Amino acid sequence: MIKPAPFAAASRTLQLIGMHVLLIAYTCVALFPVVLVVLNSFKARNAIFRTPYAFPTAETFSLVGYETVFERAAFPSYFLNSLIVTVGALVLIFFAGTMAAHALAEYKFPGNTFLGLYLALGIMVPIRLGTVSLLRLIVTLDLADTLLALILVYTAMGLPLAVFVLSQFMRQIPRDLKDAARVDGASEYRIYWLILPLIRPALGTVMVFNMIPIWNDLWFPLILAPSEANKTVTLGAQTFLGQFVNDWNAVLASLTLSAVPVIILYILFSRQLIRGLTAGAVK
Amino acid sequence: MTPKRKFPFHILVFLAPAVLIYTVFMIYPLLDSLRLSFFAPNAEGVSAFVGFNNYNTLFNDPNYSVRMWGALRNNLVFFAIHMLVQNPIGLLLAALLSARVVRGRTFFRTLIFTPTILSVVLVGFIWRLILSPLWGREVLGSLGITPEPWLGLQDSALPALALISVWQYIGIPMMLFLAALIAIPDEIVEAAQVDGATGIGIFFRIKLPLILPTVGIVSVLTFVGNFNAFDLVYTTQTALAGPNFATDLLGTFFYRTFFGFQLQAGNPTMGATIAGVMFAIILVGVLLYLFGFQRRLLRNDIQL
Repeated sequence: MIKPAPFAAASRTLQLIGMHVLLIAYTCVALFPVVLVVLNSFKARNAIFRTPYAFPTAETFSLVGYETVFERAAFPSYFLNSLIVTVGALVLIFFAGTMAAHALAEYKFPGNTFLGLYLALGIMVPIRLGTVSLLRLIVTLDLADTLLALILVYTAMGLPLAVFVLSQFMRQIPRDLKDAARVDGASEYRIYWLILPLIRPALGTVMVFNMIPIWNDLWFPLILAPSEANKTVTLGAQTFLGQFVNDWNAVLASLTLSAVPVIILYILFSRQLIRGLTAGAVK
Repeated sequence: MTPKRKFPFHILVFLAPAVLIYTVFMIYPLLDSLRLSFFAPNAEGVSAFVGFNNYNTLFNDPNYSVRMWGALRNNLVFFAIHMLVQNPIGLLLAALLSARVVRGRTFFRTLIFTPTILSVVLVGFIWRLILSPLWGREVLGSLGITPEPWLGLQDSALPALALISVWQYIGIPMMLFLAALIAIPDEIVEAAQVDGATGIGIFFRIKLPLILPTVGIVSVLTFVGNFNAFDLVYTTQTALAGPNFATDLLGTFFYRTFFGFQLQAGNPTMGATIAGVMFAIILVGVLLYLFGFQRRLLRNDIQL
Protein backbone atom coordinates (compact mmCIF):
# COMPACT_ATOMS: atom_id res chain seq x y z
CA MET A 1 0.00 0.00 0.00
CA ILE A 2 1.10 3.51 -0.70
CA LYS A 3 1.49 5.68 2.37
CA PRO A 4 -0.96 8.60 2.35
CA ALA A 5 0.82 11.84 1.53
CA PRO A 6 1.14 14.30 4.43
CA PHE A 7 -1.22 16.63 2.58
CA ALA A 8 -3.94 13.97 2.48
CA ALA A 9 -3.53 13.26 6.20
CA ALA A 10 -3.84 16.95 7.03
CA SER A 11 -6.97 17.30 4.93
CA ARG A 12 -8.45 14.23 6.64
CA THR A 13 -7.89 15.86 10.04
CA LEU A 14 -9.44 19.10 8.80
CA GLN A 15 -12.43 17.17 7.53
CA LEU A 16 -12.80 15.44 10.87
CA ILE A 17 -12.69 18.74 12.76
CA GLY A 18 -15.20 20.21 10.32
CA MET A 19 -17.64 17.38 10.94
CA HIS A 20 -17.48 17.84 14.70
CA VAL A 21 -17.84 21.62 14.40
CA LEU A 22 -20.98 21.19 12.28
CA LEU A 23 -22.52 18.79 14.78
CA ILE A 24 -21.69 20.99 17.77
CA ALA A 25 -23.10 24.02 15.96
CA TYR A 26 -26.37 22.29 15.15
CA THR A 27 -26.66 20.90 18.68
CA CYS A 28 -26.43 24.50 19.93
CA VAL A 29 -29.15 25.57 17.49
CA ALA A 30 -31.36 22.73 18.75
CA LEU A 31 -30.80 23.41 22.43
CA PHE A 32 -30.26 27.15 22.86
CA PRO A 33 -33.97 28.13 22.81
CA VAL A 34 -34.83 25.54 25.46
CA VAL A 35 -31.85 26.40 27.66
CA LEU A 36 -32.62 30.10 27.32
CA VAL A 37 -36.17 29.62 28.57
CA VAL A 38 -35.24 27.41 31.52
CA LEU A 39 -32.37 29.72 32.51
CA ASN A 40 -34.46 32.88 32.45
CA SER A 41 -37.41 31.37 34.27
CA PHE A 42 -35.32 31.68 37.44
CA LYS A 43 -34.50 35.36 36.99
CA ALA A 44 -36.07 38.65 37.93
CA ARG A 45 -37.79 40.60 35.17
CA ASN A 46 -35.03 43.12 34.61
CA ALA A 47 -32.36 40.48 34.27
CA ILE A 48 -34.43 38.56 31.73
CA PHE A 49 -34.21 41.48 29.32
CA ARG A 50 -30.78 42.89 30.18
CA THR A 51 -28.71 39.74 30.37
CA PRO A 52 -30.66 36.88 28.80
CA TYR A 53 -27.60 34.65 28.45
CA ALA A 54 -26.31 35.01 32.01
CA PHE A 55 -26.89 32.35 34.63
CA PRO A 56 -29.12 33.53 37.49
CA THR A 57 -26.96 35.03 40.25
CA ALA A 58 -27.78 35.76 43.88
CA GLU A 59 -28.95 39.20 42.78
CA THR A 60 -31.02 38.22 39.77
CA PHE A 61 -32.46 34.95 41.09
CA SER A 62 -36.23 35.05 41.48
CA LEU A 63 -39.08 32.57 41.65
CA VAL A 64 -41.79 35.15 41.12
CA GLY A 65 -42.83 33.49 37.84
CA TYR A 66 -43.41 30.13 39.50
CA GLU A 67 -45.38 31.83 42.28
CA THR A 68 -47.74 33.40 39.71
CA VAL A 69 -48.13 30.10 37.89
CA PHE A 70 -49.09 28.22 41.04
CA GLU A 71 -51.44 30.98 42.19
CA ARG A 72 -53.24 31.51 38.89
CA ALA A 73 -53.23 28.16 37.14
CA ALA A 74 -54.01 24.66 38.36
CA PHE A 75 -50.84 23.09 36.95
CA PRO A 76 -50.89 20.13 39.40
CA SER A 77 -54.40 19.29 38.21
CA TYR A 78 -53.33 19.68 34.55
CA PHE A 79 -50.48 17.27 35.17
CA LEU A 80 -52.78 14.77 36.79
CA ASN A 81 -55.20 14.97 33.84
CA SER A 82 -52.39 14.48 31.32
CA LEU A 83 -51.13 11.56 33.35
CA ILE A 84 -54.58 9.91 33.53
CA VAL A 85 -55.18 10.38 29.80
CA THR A 86 -51.73 9.20 28.72
CA VAL A 87 -51.53 6.21 31.04
CA GLY A 88 -55.18 5.27 30.37
CA ALA A 89 -54.67 5.32 26.60
CA LEU A 90 -51.36 3.42 26.85
CA VAL A 91 -52.93 0.68 28.99
CA LEU A 92 -55.79 0.27 26.50
CA ILE A 93 -53.38 0.30 23.55
CA PHE A 94 -51.29 -2.30 25.37
CA PHE A 95 -54.11 -4.80 25.94
CA ALA A 96 -56.19 -4.23 22.82
CA GLY A 97 -53.04 -3.93 20.66
CA THR A 98 -51.22 -7.03 21.89
CA MET A 99 -54.39 -9.15 21.76
CA ALA A 100 -55.22 -8.14 18.17
CA ALA A 101 -51.60 -8.49 17.08
CA HIS A 102 -51.49 -11.96 18.62
CA ALA A 103 -54.65 -13.01 16.78
CA LEU A 104 -53.32 -11.72 13.46
CA ALA A 105 -49.91 -13.31 13.90
CA GLU A 106 -50.97 -16.64 15.37
CA TYR A 107 -54.20 -17.81 13.75
CA LYS A 108 -55.17 -18.51 10.16
CA PHE A 109 -58.75 -17.43 9.66
CA PRO A 110 -60.70 -16.04 6.71
CA GLY A 111 -60.18 -12.29 6.44
CA ASN A 112 -56.89 -12.27 8.33
CA THR A 113 -55.03 -10.28 5.66
CA PHE A 114 -57.98 -7.97 5.11
CA LEU A 115 -58.28 -7.24 8.82
CA GLY A 116 -54.55 -6.51 9.03
CA LEU A 117 -54.85 -4.01 6.18
CA TYR A 118 -58.02 -2.51 7.69
CA LEU A 119 -56.28 -1.88 10.99
CA ALA A 120 -53.20 -0.50 9.22
CA LEU A 121 -55.23 2.13 7.33
CA GLY A 122 -55.10 4.42 10.35
CA ILE A 123 -51.30 4.65 10.21
CA MET A 124 -51.46 7.11 7.32
CA VAL A 125 -54.88 8.76 7.74
CA PRO A 126 -54.92 11.43 10.49
CA ILE A 127 -57.83 10.91 12.90
CA ARG A 128 -58.24 14.70 13.09
CA LEU A 129 -60.01 14.71 9.75
CA GLY A 130 -62.98 12.97 11.37
CA THR A 131 -63.29 15.59 14.11
CA VAL A 132 -66.71 16.91 13.07
CA SER A 133 -68.33 13.49 13.44
CA LEU A 134 -66.13 12.49 16.35
CA LEU A 135 -67.43 15.44 18.38
CA ARG A 136 -71.03 14.46 17.56
CA LEU A 137 -70.34 10.87 18.53
CA ILE A 138 -68.76 11.90 21.82
CA VAL A 139 -71.74 14.13 22.62
CA THR A 140 -74.18 11.32 21.73
CA LEU A 141 -72.32 8.90 23.99
CA ASP A 142 -72.55 11.49 26.77
CA LEU A 143 -68.76 11.64 26.98
CA ALA A 144 -68.39 15.33 26.12
CA ASP A 145 -65.80 17.09 28.26
CA THR A 146 -64.52 13.93 29.94
CA LEU A 147 -61.06 12.45 30.12
CA LEU A 148 -62.51 9.11 28.99
CA ALA A 149 -63.36 10.64 25.61
CA LEU A 150 -59.69 11.59 25.16
CA ILE A 151 -58.53 8.14 26.29
CA LEU A 152 -60.75 6.39 23.75
CA VAL A 153 -59.78 8.69 20.88
CA TYR A 154 -56.05 8.34 21.60
CA THR A 155 -56.43 4.58 21.85
CA ALA A 156 -58.04 4.49 18.41
CA MET A 157 -55.24 6.76 17.15
CA GLY A 158 -52.43 4.61 18.59
CA LEU A 159 -53.78 1.15 17.77
CA PRO A 160 -52.99 0.99 14.01
CA LEU A 161 -49.22 1.40 14.42
CA ALA A 162 -49.17 -0.71 17.59
CA VAL A 163 -50.96 -3.66 15.96
CA PHE A 164 -48.83 -3.39 12.81
CA VAL A 165 -45.48 -3.33 14.61
CA LEU A 166 -46.42 -5.91 17.26
CA SER A 167 -47.88 -8.42 14.81
CA GLN A 168 -44.72 -8.19 12.66
CA PHE A 169 -42.69 -8.88 15.77
CA MET A 170 -44.92 -11.70 17.01
CA ARG A 171 -44.63 -13.58 13.71
CA GLN A 172 -40.94 -14.08 14.49
CA ILE A 173 -41.63 -15.99 17.72
CA PRO A 174 -40.92 -19.70 17.08
CA ARG A 175 -44.04 -21.85 16.68
CA ASP A 176 -42.52 -24.72 18.68
CA LEU A 177 -42.76 -22.64 21.82
CA LYS A 178 -46.50 -22.19 21.52
CA ASP A 179 -47.12 -25.76 20.35
CA ALA A 180 -45.21 -27.10 23.34
CA ALA A 181 -47.48 -25.09 25.62
CA ARG A 182 -50.51 -26.45 23.77
CA VAL A 183 -49.31 -30.04 24.25
CA ASP A 184 -49.07 -29.26 27.96
CA GLY A 185 -52.76 -28.33 27.83
CA ALA A 186 -52.45 -24.54 27.96
CA SER A 187 -55.53 -22.64 26.74
CA GLU A 188 -55.22 -20.10 23.91
CA TYR A 189 -55.57 -17.28 26.46
CA ARG A 190 -52.77 -18.76 28.54
CA ILE A 191 -50.56 -18.89 25.44
CA TYR A 192 -51.18 -15.18 24.77
CA TRP A 193 -50.18 -14.47 28.35
CA LEU A 194 -46.99 -16.53 27.98
CA ILE A 195 -45.99 -14.66 24.84
CA LEU A 196 -46.28 -11.17 26.34
CA PRO A 197 -42.87 -11.15 28.09
CA LEU A 198 -41.21 -12.22 24.83
CA ILE A 199 -42.28 -9.09 22.97
CA ARG A 200 -40.94 -6.65 25.55
CA PRO A 201 -38.47 -4.88 23.22
CA ALA A 202 -41.11 -4.11 20.59
CA LEU A 203 -43.61 -3.20 23.28
CA GLY A 204 -41.32 -0.60 24.86
CA THR A 205 -40.86 1.06 21.50
CA VAL A 206 -44.58 1.09 20.73
CA MET A 207 -45.44 2.58 24.11
CA VAL A 208 -42.83 5.35 23.99
CA PHE A 209 -43.86 6.09 20.44
CA ASN A 210 -47.48 6.62 21.45
CA MET A 211 -46.75 8.43 24.66
CA ILE A 212 -45.24 11.59 23.17
CA PRO A 213 -48.00 12.56 20.70
CA ILE A 214 -50.69 11.84 23.32
CA TRP A 215 -49.00 13.92 26.02
CA ASN A 216 -48.32 16.81 23.62
CA ASP A 217 -51.62 16.92 21.71
CA LEU A 218 -53.48 20.22 21.67
CA TRP A 219 -56.27 19.55 19.16
CA PHE A 220 -58.42 16.98 20.97
CA PRO A 221 -58.19 18.49 24.49
CA LEU A 222 -59.20 21.81 22.91
CA ILE A 223 -62.22 20.27 21.19
CA LEU A 224 -63.29 17.33 23.36
CA ALA A 225 -62.36 18.30 26.93
CA PRO A 226 -61.77 22.05 27.24
CA SER A 227 -63.16 22.77 30.73
CA GLU A 228 -60.80 23.91 33.47
CA ALA A 229 -61.28 20.68 35.44
CA ASN A 230 -60.30 18.47 32.49
CA LYS A 231 -57.47 20.49 30.93
CA THR A 232 -54.30 18.62 30.07
CA VAL A 233 -50.89 20.25 30.52
CA THR A 234 -50.64 21.20 26.86
CA LEU A 235 -54.04 22.91 26.79
CA GLY A 236 -53.55 24.39 30.26
CA ALA A 237 -50.22 25.90 29.22
CA GLN A 238 -51.76 27.21 25.99
CA THR A 239 -54.60 29.01 27.85
CA PHE A 240 -52.35 30.28 30.61
CA LEU A 241 -49.78 31.58 28.13
CA GLY A 242 -52.50 33.30 26.15
CA GLN A 243 -53.71 35.18 29.24
CA PHE A 244 -50.32 36.07 30.66
CA VAL A 245 -48.49 36.97 27.44
CA ASN A 246 -46.99 40.07 29.00
CA ASP A 247 -45.97 38.55 32.31
CA TRP A 248 -42.62 37.22 31.15
CA ASN A 249 -41.73 35.62 34.47
CA ALA A 250 -44.94 33.64 34.50
CA VAL A 251 -44.65 32.67 30.82
CA LEU A 252 -41.09 31.41 31.20
CA ALA A 253 -41.96 29.53 34.39
CA SER A 254 -44.98 27.81 32.87
CA LEU A 255 -43.00 26.88 29.76
CA THR A 256 -40.31 25.32 31.94
CA LEU A 257 -42.87 23.51 34.09
CA SER A 258 -44.55 21.92 31.09
CA ALA A 259 -41.32 21.00 29.33
CA VAL A 260 -39.49 19.42 32.25
CA PRO A 261 -41.60 16.24 32.70
CA VAL A 262 -41.34 15.42 28.99
CA ILE A 263 -37.61 16.01 29.01
CA ILE A 264 -37.18 13.74 32.05
CA LEU A 265 -39.23 11.02 30.34
CA TYR A 266 -37.15 11.51 27.21
CA ILE A 267 -33.91 11.08 29.14
CA LEU A 268 -35.31 7.88 30.70
CA PHE A 269 -36.70 6.40 27.49
CA SER A 270 -34.57 7.91 24.73
CA ARG A 271 -32.92 4.55 24.03
CA GLN A 272 -36.24 2.82 23.34
CA LEU A 273 -37.51 5.74 21.30
CA ILE A 274 -34.45 5.95 19.11
CA ARG A 275 -34.21 2.20 18.73
CA GLY A 276 -37.84 2.20 17.59
CA LEU A 277 -37.30 4.94 15.05
CA THR A 278 -34.26 3.26 13.59
CA ALA A 279 -35.72 -0.28 13.61
CA GLY A 280 -38.90 0.87 11.87
CA ALA A 281 -36.96 2.38 9.03
CA VAL A 282 -34.82 -0.63 8.26
CA LYS A 283 -37.86 -2.83 7.64
CA MET B 1 -59.95 -38.43 10.99
CA THR B 2 -59.74 -34.99 12.45
CA PRO B 3 -62.11 -34.11 15.25
CA LYS B 4 -64.72 -31.52 14.37
CA ARG B 5 -63.24 -28.12 15.25
CA LYS B 6 -64.94 -25.89 17.76
CA PHE B 7 -65.80 -22.38 16.63
CA PRO B 8 -62.70 -20.35 17.53
CA PHE B 9 -64.23 -17.95 20.01
CA HIS B 10 -60.81 -16.98 21.34
CA ILE B 11 -59.93 -15.30 18.02
CA LEU B 12 -63.01 -13.09 18.34
CA VAL B 13 -62.15 -12.27 21.94
CA PHE B 14 -58.60 -11.29 20.96
CA LEU B 15 -59.72 -9.10 18.07
CA ALA B 16 -62.85 -7.50 19.49
CA PRO B 17 -61.43 -4.69 21.70
CA ALA B 18 -59.05 -3.30 19.07
CA VAL B 19 -61.44 -3.64 16.14
CA LEU B 20 -64.29 -2.13 18.16
CA ILE B 21 -62.43 0.92 19.51
CA TYR B 22 -60.70 1.55 16.19
CA THR B 23 -63.89 1.24 14.15
CA VAL B 24 -66.06 3.34 16.45
CA PHE B 25 -63.60 6.14 17.19
CA MET B 26 -61.59 6.30 13.98
CA ILE B 27 -63.13 4.69 10.91
CA TYR B 28 -66.74 5.63 11.67
CA PRO B 29 -65.96 9.34 12.33
CA LEU B 30 -63.84 9.53 9.17
CA LEU B 31 -66.55 8.01 6.99
CA ASP B 32 -69.38 9.89 8.68
CA SER B 33 -67.49 13.15 8.30
CA LEU B 34 -67.13 12.44 4.57
CA ARG B 35 -70.89 11.74 4.44
CA LEU B 36 -71.66 15.01 6.22
CA SER B 37 -69.72 16.93 3.59
CA PHE B 38 -72.53 16.04 1.14
CA PHE B 39 -75.24 17.45 3.41
CA ALA B 40 -76.32 20.96 4.39
CA PRO B 41 -79.08 22.33 6.61
CA ASN B 42 -82.03 23.52 4.47
CA ALA B 43 -84.34 26.48 5.19
CA GLU B 44 -86.02 24.62 8.09
CA GLY B 45 -82.64 23.72 9.52
CA VAL B 46 -83.06 20.05 8.63
CA SER B 47 -80.04 18.35 7.15
CA ALA B 48 -80.55 17.49 3.48
CA PHE B 49 -78.44 15.85 0.78
CA VAL B 50 -76.88 18.44 -1.52
CA GLY B 51 -74.45 16.42 -3.62
CA PHE B 52 -71.20 18.21 -4.35
CA ASN B 53 -72.69 21.63 -3.55
CA ASN B 54 -70.52 22.18 -0.46
CA TYR B 55 -67.38 21.43 -2.45
CA ASN B 56 -68.57 23.79 -5.17
CA THR B 57 -69.16 26.52 -2.55
CA LEU B 58 -65.77 25.92 -0.99
CA PHE B 59 -63.87 26.46 -4.24
CA ASN B 60 -66.11 29.00 -6.01
CA ASP B 61 -68.09 31.09 -3.50
CA PRO B 62 -65.86 34.08 -2.60
CA ASN B 63 -66.94 33.76 1.07
CA TYR B 64 -64.97 30.54 1.21
CA SER B 65 -62.84 30.29 -1.92
CA VAL B 66 -60.52 33.19 -1.07
CA ARG B 67 -59.54 31.52 2.22
CA MET B 68 -59.57 28.04 0.69
CA TRP B 69 -57.13 28.87 -2.11
CA GLY B 70 -55.08 30.96 0.31
CA ALA B 71 -54.80 28.09 2.81
CA LEU B 72 -53.95 25.66 0.03
CA ARG B 73 -51.22 27.94 -1.32
CA ASN B 74 -49.81 28.55 2.17
CA ASN B 75 -49.84 24.83 2.88
CA LEU B 76 -47.88 24.15 -0.30
CA VAL B 77 -45.29 26.79 0.67
CA PHE B 78 -45.14 25.27 4.17
CA PHE B 79 -44.52 21.82 2.67
CA ALA B 80 -41.96 23.12 0.16
CA ILE B 81 -39.92 24.75 2.93
CA HIS B 82 -39.89 21.48 4.87
CA MET B 83 -38.78 19.53 1.81
CA LEU B 84 -36.05 22.03 0.91
CA VAL B 85 -34.72 22.79 4.39
CA GLN B 86 -35.73 20.11 6.88
CA ASN B 87 -35.02 16.99 4.86
CA PRO B 88 -31.65 17.99 3.33
CA ILE B 89 -30.32 19.22 6.70
CA GLY B 90 -31.73 16.08 8.32
CA LEU B 91 -29.83 14.01 5.76
CA LEU B 92 -26.62 15.97 6.34
CA LEU B 93 -26.87 15.46 10.12
CA ALA B 94 -27.57 11.76 9.59
CA ALA B 95 -24.55 11.48 7.29
CA LEU B 96 -22.36 13.08 9.95
CA LEU B 97 -23.81 10.88 12.70
CA SER B 98 -23.29 7.70 10.67
CA ALA B 99 -19.57 8.37 10.19
CA ARG B 100 -17.56 6.02 12.40
CA VAL B 101 -14.85 8.65 12.85
CA VAL B 102 -17.18 11.01 14.71
CA ARG B 103 -16.96 10.89 18.49
CA GLY B 104 -20.01 11.05 20.76
CA ARG B 105 -22.53 10.09 18.11
CA THR B 106 -25.18 8.89 20.60
CA PHE B 107 -24.73 12.08 22.60
CA PHE B 108 -25.27 14.38 19.59
CA ARG B 109 -28.13 12.26 18.29
CA THR B 110 -30.00 12.42 21.61
CA LEU B 111 -29.53 16.17 22.02
CA ILE B 112 -30.47 17.09 18.45
CA PHE B 113 -33.68 15.06 18.79
CA THR B 114 -34.80 16.96 21.94
CA PRO B 115 -37.01 19.64 20.26
CA THR B 116 -39.02 16.90 18.53
CA ILE B 117 -40.37 15.58 21.83
CA LEU B 118 -41.59 18.97 23.07
CA SER B 119 -45.19 20.02 22.58
CA VAL B 120 -45.84 22.42 19.73
CA VAL B 121 -47.38 24.85 22.23
CA LEU B 122 -44.06 25.15 24.05
CA VAL B 123 -42.07 25.41 20.85
CA GLY B 124 -44.39 28.08 19.47
CA PHE B 125 -44.17 30.21 22.59
CA ILE B 126 -40.43 29.78 23.01
CA TRP B 127 -39.88 31.11 19.49
CA ARG B 128 -42.47 33.83 19.94
CA LEU B 129 -40.41 35.10 22.86
CA ILE B 130 -37.10 34.84 21.02
CA LEU B 131 -38.49 36.60 17.93
CA SER B 132 -40.36 39.26 19.91
CA PRO B 133 -38.89 42.77 19.71
CA LEU B 134 -38.60 42.87 23.51
CA TRP B 135 -36.18 39.99 23.68
CA GLY B 136 -35.03 39.78 20.09
CA ARG B 137 -32.75 42.79 20.26
CA GLU B 138 -30.79 41.31 23.14
CA VAL B 139 -30.99 37.62 22.25
CA LEU B 140 -30.54 37.69 18.47
CA GLY B 141 -28.58 40.95 18.44
CA SER B 142 -25.77 39.34 20.38
CA LEU B 143 -25.62 36.62 17.72
CA GLY B 144 -25.16 39.28 15.04
CA ILE B 145 -28.71 39.03 13.69
CA THR B 146 -30.76 42.21 13.33
CA PRO B 147 -34.19 41.22 14.57
CA GLU B 148 -37.41 42.19 12.85
CA PRO B 149 -40.90 41.21 13.98
CA TRP B 150 -40.85 38.32 11.49
CA LEU B 151 -43.95 36.65 12.90
CA GLY B 152 -45.91 39.88 12.53
CA LEU B 153 -45.00 40.78 8.96
CA GLN B 154 -47.13 39.46 6.16
CA ASP B 155 -44.24 38.40 3.93
CA SER B 156 -42.13 36.69 6.54
CA ALA B 157 -44.66 35.16 8.95
CA LEU B 158 -45.25 31.96 6.98
CA PRO B 159 -41.58 31.18 6.23
CA ALA B 160 -40.74 31.98 9.87
CA LEU B 161 -43.37 29.53 11.12
CA ALA B 162 -42.23 26.89 8.66
CA LEU B 163 -38.65 27.26 9.88
CA ILE B 164 -39.78 26.94 13.51
CA SER B 165 -41.56 23.73 12.53
CA VAL B 166 -38.40 22.56 10.72
CA TRP B 167 -36.37 23.30 13.85
CA GLN B 168 -38.75 21.17 15.89
CA TYR B 169 -39.22 18.16 13.62
CA ILE B 170 -35.80 17.79 11.98
CA GLY B 171 -35.08 14.91 14.38
CA ILE B 172 -37.47 12.60 12.55
CA PRO B 173 -35.89 12.66 9.05
CA MET B 174 -32.49 12.62 10.75
CA MET B 175 -33.28 9.39 12.60
CA LEU B 176 -34.87 7.69 9.59
CA PHE B 177 -31.94 8.59 7.31
CA LEU B 178 -29.49 7.55 10.00
CA ALA B 179 -31.11 4.12 10.31
CA ALA B 180 -30.94 3.62 6.55
CA LEU B 181 -27.30 4.74 6.36
CA ILE B 182 -26.26 2.43 9.21
CA ALA B 183 -27.95 -0.50 7.45
CA ILE B 184 -25.71 -0.19 4.36
CA PRO B 185 -23.34 -3.17 4.41
CA ASP B 186 -19.69 -2.28 5.04
CA GLU B 187 -18.52 -4.39 2.08
CA ILE B 188 -20.21 -2.07 -0.41
CA VAL B 189 -18.44 0.98 0.99
CA GLU B 190 -15.13 -0.86 1.24
CA ALA B 191 -15.39 -2.02 -2.37
CA ALA B 192 -15.92 1.59 -3.43
CA GLN B 193 -12.91 2.69 -1.39
CA VAL B 194 -10.74 0.08 -3.09
CA ASP B 195 -11.93 1.52 -6.39
CA GLY B 196 -10.60 4.90 -5.24
CA ALA B 197 -13.84 6.66 -4.27
CA THR B 198 -13.61 9.25 -1.50
CA GLY B 199 -15.96 10.33 1.29
CA ILE B 200 -18.23 12.73 -0.56
CA GLY B 201 -18.16 10.66 -3.74
CA ILE B 202 -19.16 7.53 -1.82
CA PHE B 203 -22.02 9.42 -0.22
CA PHE B 204 -23.56 10.71 -3.44
CA ARG B 205 -22.78 7.83 -5.80
CA ILE B 206 -23.32 4.86 -3.50
CA LYS B 207 -25.10 5.68 -0.25
CA LEU B 208 -27.69 8.13 -1.53
CA PRO B 209 -29.08 5.77 -4.22
CA LEU B 210 -29.23 2.99 -1.61
CA ILE B 211 -31.31 5.05 0.82
CA LEU B 212 -33.81 6.27 -1.81
CA PRO B 213 -36.63 4.24 -0.20
CA THR B 214 -36.13 6.28 2.97
CA VAL B 215 -36.24 9.51 0.96
CA GLY B 216 -39.70 8.36 -0.14
CA ILE B 217 -40.86 7.51 3.38
CA VAL B 218 -39.57 10.83 4.76
CA SER B 219 -41.29 12.74 1.95
CA VAL B 220 -44.66 11.09 2.48
CA LEU B 221 -44.46 11.54 6.28
CA THR B 222 -43.60 15.21 5.79
CA PHE B 223 -46.50 15.56 3.38
CA VAL B 224 -49.09 14.00 5.69
CA GLY B 225 -47.79 15.93 8.71
CA ASN B 226 -47.75 19.28 6.90
CA PHE B 227 -51.20 19.02 5.36
CA ASN B 228 -52.58 18.16 8.78
CA ALA B 229 -50.68 20.90 10.69
CA PHE B 230 -52.60 23.15 13.05
CA ASP B 231 -51.05 23.49 16.51
CA LEU B 232 -48.12 25.75 15.68
CA VAL B 233 -50.19 28.35 13.84
CA TYR B 234 -52.92 28.24 16.50
CA THR B 235 -50.37 28.72 19.28
CA THR B 236 -48.37 31.56 17.77
CA GLN B 237 -50.95 33.37 15.62
CA THR B 238 -54.31 32.21 17.10
CA ALA B 239 -57.00 30.62 14.91
CA LEU B 240 -57.09 33.81 12.83
CA ALA B 241 -53.71 32.83 11.37
CA GLY B 242 -52.53 36.40 11.04
CA PRO B 243 -51.23 38.75 9.89
CA ASN B 244 -54.13 39.02 7.45
CA PHE B 245 -54.39 35.21 7.07
CA ALA B 246 -50.79 35.01 5.82
CA THR B 247 -50.20 31.87 7.91
CA ASP B 248 -53.59 30.24 7.36
CA LEU B 249 -53.17 26.50 6.73
CA LEU B 250 -55.88 23.97 5.89
CA GLY B 251 -55.91 22.89 9.54
CA THR B 252 -56.63 26.40 10.91
CA PHE B 253 -59.17 27.06 8.13
CA PHE B 254 -60.90 23.79 9.06
CA TYR B 255 -60.96 24.75 12.75
CA ARG B 256 -62.35 28.26 12.11
CA THR B 257 -65.02 27.02 9.74
CA PHE B 258 -66.11 24.20 12.04
CA PHE B 259 -66.17 26.18 15.31
CA GLY B 260 -66.74 29.68 14.02
CA PHE B 261 -64.70 32.74 14.95
CA GLN B 262 -65.51 36.33 15.85
CA LEU B 263 -68.91 37.04 14.26
CA GLN B 264 -69.12 34.04 11.96
CA ALA B 265 -70.98 31.05 13.39
CA GLY B 266 -69.50 27.57 13.14
CA ASN B 267 -70.60 25.43 10.22
CA PRO B 268 -70.12 21.66 10.77
CA THR B 269 -70.99 20.56 7.24
CA MET B 270 -68.61 23.07 5.63
CA GLY B 271 -66.02 22.00 8.21
CA ALA B 272 -66.54 18.40 7.14
CA THR B 273 -66.15 19.54 3.52
CA ILE B 274 -62.74 21.06 4.24
CA ALA B 275 -61.77 17.87 6.08
CA GLY B 276 -62.92 16.01 2.96
CA VAL B 277 -60.56 18.06 0.78
CA MET B 278 -57.69 17.47 3.23
CA PHE B 279 -58.50 13.76 3.18
CA ALA B 280 -58.38 13.72 -0.63
CA ILE B 281 -55.06 15.61 -0.69
CA ILE B 282 -53.46 13.25 1.83
CA LEU B 283 -54.88 10.21 0.04
CA VAL B 284 -53.47 11.37 -3.32
CA GLY B 285 -50.08 11.96 -1.68
CA VAL B 286 -49.99 8.53 -0.06
CA LEU B 287 -51.19 6.76 -3.21
CA LEU B 288 -48.64 8.58 -5.36
CA TYR B 289 -45.98 7.35 -2.98
CA LEU B 290 -47.26 3.77 -2.85
CA PHE B 291 -47.86 3.31 -6.56
CA GLY B 292 -45.34 5.70 -8.06
CA PHE B 293 -42.30 5.91 -5.89
CA GLN B 294 -42.27 2.54 -4.21
CA ARG B 295 -43.16 0.51 -7.28
CA ARG B 296 -40.47 2.14 -9.38
CA LEU B 297 -37.92 1.35 -6.69
CA LEU B 298 -39.04 -2.27 -6.60
CA ARG B 299 -38.75 -2.56 -10.37
CA ASN B 300 -35.19 -1.31 -10.25
CA ASP B 301 -34.41 -3.78 -7.49
CA ILE B 302 -32.96 -1.10 -5.28
CA GLN B 303 -34.17 -2.47 -2.03
CA LEU B 304 -32.72 -2.54 1.42
